[in-house]
Amino acid sequence: MADKSSNQRLDRRKIVKQIIGDQDDMLVISGLGGAGFDVTDARGDHDLNFCMHGAMGGGPMMGLGVAIAQPDRRVVVVMGEGDFIMGSHSLMTVAAAKPDNLAIVVLDNEVYAETGAQKTVTASGIDLAGMAAAAGFTVARTIIEKFEIDEASELARTASGPVFLCFKISDGASQQVAKTRDGVLMKLRFRQALLGHE
Amino acid sequence: MAENSGQDWVPGAYDALKDAGVTLAAYVPDGGFRNLIARCHQDTEMQTISLVNESEGPCLMAGAWLGGTRGALIIQSNGIGNCGNNFGLTKMGRFPLLAIVSQRGSWGEANSWMMYSGEIAEPILNLGGFHIMKVDHAEDVADAVRAGATTAFNASQPVAVVLTQRVLGAKQFVG
Repeated sequence: MADKSSNQRLDRRKIVKQIIGDQDDMLVISGLGGAGFDVTDARGDHDLNFCMHGAMGGGPMMGLGVAIAQPDRRVVVVMGEGDFIMGSHSLMTVAAAKPDNLAIVVLDNEVYAETGAQKTVTASGIDLAGMAAAAGFTVARTIIEKFEIDEASELARTASGPVFLCFKISDGASQQVAKTRDGVLMKLRFRQALLGHE
Repeated sequence: MAENSGQDWVPGAYDALKDAGVTLAAYVPDGGFRNLIARCHQDTEMQTISLVNESEGPCLMAGAWLGGTRGALIIQSNGIGNCGNNFGLTKMGRFPLLAIVSQRGSWGEANSWMMYSGEIAEPILNLGGFHIMKVDHAEDVADAVRAGATTAFNASQPVAVVLTQRVLGAKQFVG
């Protein structure tokens, strides 16, 4: 049996690109740090991206808010595990709310890659997908092997949620990509693209 | 909690939320808000979210606004301290945020621990750029919620309508 805590090999960029790259209608929230670069790399500085640059741990709740407001649109939250665990209590809140259009994608390299590669708790074997399953997510998986990515990506895009996917990825920081960090701009263009002029 | 308080202000405050187009209510309860929260649950057109931690509130409200939904956050002042970091999202995105907050530590508080968490709430709200509307009298609650909702959603500001324990009553203790 594969050791979930040490077998780190998946490419974060390929995973995110496969999930959101050609999904122009998808509503995407990224957490801070590398996840925002991954999302921007996958589909550019897109109107329907909102990349958080603070409020660490808040991604799932922001995604839940969008999912509640837009029940007919797919909402995907992409975040690193160091970010996610700061708000991991929200697994309960999201599971209780049962948004069938929300998927949370965690990119787990088991380190705080942005701050010097200190270990996160997942390096000690903490099973985030197990926590999500226990909370009541309809889909909750840890993805370790490359052959699992196709199926998992499809779950992120289409499975009845809430969906939780934890991808065990290579360590090292996500390569930077130019993107806006202006929260007001991201908010306004997101709403305009989604809701039109109000 | 708040056994000695009236709840006559609740229908007017609820109507103010409805008139402002609020369709999402997220809360961590306070006894003084029991009827307001119950009213939210009774209304099939109001989606309710029971938060496990107030820190979730600013992010949920921002996401809802991004998707075109207006929400209200109903919490105790104790929970303001939990929100500090996430108010950064509200501020940096200039998101509207309508918070209805019970002021623990005010007017007849019997639990000293609540004095602390109540007292740090206002400085944190100020740091977060909130427009604070403190309400001491039950007859002013509905108007305050109505006015607060206008400032939150039309001026895109964070607003805290803070109800003191003179309105909500203070929790009673034996001894």
